[in-house]
Amino acid sequence: MSSRCYDLIVIGAGIIGTSCADAAAAEGLRVAIVEPGPIGGGSTAAAMGHLVAMDDDPAELALTRYSLHEWELFASLPEAEFSRCGTLWVARNEAEARVIPARIARLGAAKVEAHAIDTQNLYELEPALAPGLYGGLLVPREAVVYPPRMALYLAQRAQSNGATLYAGRSASKLGHAAGTDQVLLDDGTQLSGPTLVATGCALPTLLPQLPMRARKGHLLITERYPGVLHHQLLELGYADSAHGDADSSVAFNVQPRPTGQILIGSSREFSATDSAVSPAMVRRMLERAFDFMPSLRQLQALRTWTGFRPTTPDGRPYLGAVPGQNKLWVAAGHEGLGVTTALGSARLMLDLLLGRTPAIDPAPYAPSRVIA
Amino acid sequence: MTLRFDVLIVGAGPAGLAAAQAAASHGARVGLLDAQARLGGQVWRHDVRHPAPGAARDAINALKQVTFLGQHQVIAAEPQRLLVETPQGAEHLSYATLILATGARELLLPFPGWTLPGVTGAGGLQALVKQAWPIAGKRVVVAGTGPLLLAAAATLRKHGAHLLGIVEQAPQSAVHAFARQLLHWPARAVQAVGLRARLAGVPYRFGSIVRHAYGEQQLGAIEIEDAHGKQRLDCDHLALGYGLLPNTELAQLLGCALDYGTPEQASAHPHVIVDRLLRTSVADVYAAGEACGIGGLAAARIEGAIAGHAAAGAEAAASALLPRRAKERRFASLLAKHFALDPRLHQLATPQTIICRCEDVTLSALDGFTDARAAKLATRCGMGACQGRICGSALAELGRFPRSGSRPPLFPARLSSLVQATPSLSDEISRSST
Repeated sequence: MSSRCYDLIVIGAGIIGTSCADAAAAEGLRVAIVEPGPIGGGSTAAAMGHLVAMDDDPAELALTRYSLHEWELFASLPEAEFSRCGTLWVARNEAEARVIPARIARLGAAKVEAHAIDTQNLYELEPALAPGLYGGLLVPREAVVYPPRMALYLAQRAQSNGATLYAGRSASKLGHAAGTDQVLLDDGTQLSGPTLVATGCALPTLLPQLPMRARKGHLLITERYPGVLHHQLLELGYADSAHGDADSSVAFNVQPRPTGQILIGSSREFSATDSAVSPAMVRRMLERAFDFMPSLRQLQALRTWTGFRPTTPDGRPYLGAVPGQNKLWVAAGHEGLGVTTALGSARLMLDLLLGRTPAIDPAPYAPSRVIA
Repeated sequence: MTLRFDVLIVGAGPAGLAAAQAAASHGARVGLLDAQARLGGQVWRHDVRHPAPGAARDAINALKQVTFLGQHQVIAAEPQRLLVETPQGAEHLSYATLILATGARELLLPFPGWTLPGVTGAGGLQALVKQAWPIAGKRVVVAGTGPLLLAAAATLRKHGAHLLGIVEQAPQSAVHAFARQLLHWPARAVQAVGLRARLAGVPYRFGSIVRHAYGEQQLGAIEIEDAHGKQRLDCDHLALGYGLLPNTELAQLLGCALDYGTPEQASAHPHVIVDRLLRTSVADVYAAGEACGIGGLAAARIEGAIAGHAAAGAEAAASALLPRRAKERRFASLLAKHFALDPRLHQLATPQTIICRCEDVTLSALDGFTDARAAKLATRCGMGACQGRICGSALAELGRFPRSGSRPPLFPARLSSLVQATPSLSDEISRSST
């Protein structure tokens, strides 16, 4: 059977895969996209869609800054539902606030605008916060988007630039280890060409040599309450939850959706493998949220759901060539920052694929770092 | 606080009432909960101005040694217990056996104008007028299919509505064939004659469908089509009853197997699969009445009793009722056969017709999607307060795709309700995590 030839076969149509496919198709490459489920139906669908700069890892901050710049191009795209609500990091006490100047300096060095917020200012910005909080850190240019629809938009734009979508199918076998560039789909279709695996949590199915753990999270969304919440709010201790290695943790993390709904997070669990909503974890997450915003108690919850974050051992994504393989590439493992860093990741991947010098140093993300 | 019951019954309509009475007769500690404040469910909903039917009074008066938990809404399920919300707060109810008597809701079919104020479900309008909603003197058309239209029309007339007509989609031949079958069901024949007598003078049209509702802010007119053509009729209210569909959301959340029909004859709306003693696929969970497939009031009462006896361990008493159940289920299939929906009804919605009223999603926005989740992610269809009960069921009925699964909370619930029940070990962990 003859195989269909492409310049790039993207496996996985989450926010990462669709960003890469869109970037490749825009450069004139012949692109195939392989996705067994809905476009953006995995971690992308479960995500909060907060575009946020985390500054505790310089490499991550560089990728984030690069990517946020790309996101600005979609600020007025209806499908993105881009809402520039800004991020307000909340300090409960003076001790927590001590990190703020250093964070402002790091963000500033990356050209991300940020200001310290005193107590009075905090309550002017968010009157519904619990009394007794100390202050915060405002990052005014940050925004929220609606990830699954954005992924669908990117997939459709790639298709309008000539990409072929193999929907309802998955890649069952890669020939790249054997020196070919063949991709066999589960319906028997044979594709060939340089291949990019962007399957997130499912990465071990195709690339077991790259360690990946699925980190479960819960989210809850309310009915519409316009005006109750104005900024994406996070507790300053959020990074401890996000980047710590505790088996389970929760953090105060609430977001105003453009619909007036409030999206409430967040939880992180390594050991939970089933996708069921855990009442105990929802309870724990909500109690945390009530500590910071007691008036949430009286709002109506509409839905709860769970998702899994693709997590690498060092928390950085794999972006680059898969060592020891022929024309095989990977873009996966963005943990909770996949939406934020998708567009920058795609630019970086395209530069690597086409042999150009990337705008940021690709070394911190090279998959070779985990393969001895 | 956690209340414990030997037998806990969800839904206090005819099936739930019969189940409670049967289970309590064997000495079981029985809890009967309902989202409404009063017993009776939808079909025997309390009427503020008129006395309840004799059968409803008898069923309610027969309840002995049963704890009724009114205004209790089930929002989540955990093993052997339910999380319920009340006006005061939230609590856990734990059970040894659970009976799902969750009943049915109206199937609402989209067509141009169906979202105008003044267009409601026939059962919905019936429920409103029983709560003293003013209908006296208003011009009302009742449309849809089946004998429930007559019951709705009779209630509306009793409350003073000016009935312009009953618009039945089934052809006259089908309705007459059904009427002839009633000879085998004398009690129902008497009931039908009584209803017709109370509706004397109200035009009863067959083979007719409402194609369009017109109005700016409020319903002002409808367009009716029959074999002779189209006709416009001014009216204030349009009450539509295209049939009922089982409430299976709690069963699904509990993991009970549902029946979606066969590949040859798929059913748009699933029902709970039960064995002869009405046990679901989940241990210690029974289902009775409409949740097991639309069977009507009489079948619901018998099935409630069967499940109540069986749940209390009285298998012999439950088995003795099986022949009567079979007979009532035969009647239900007779109804389904003679009042099958005209395929034209599935073609009424235009590309611009709103399908998801919560999120304003039109039918054309849903073109090209083959599953509910993909459609929801891309368009928000089903993401609103009804949680897809209306639009998801309508899309399944139109043959687009089946509804997606159910998740907690089953109904919109206060955030505090998801937290305040049973403080647990996890509290300690979360408070020490910083």
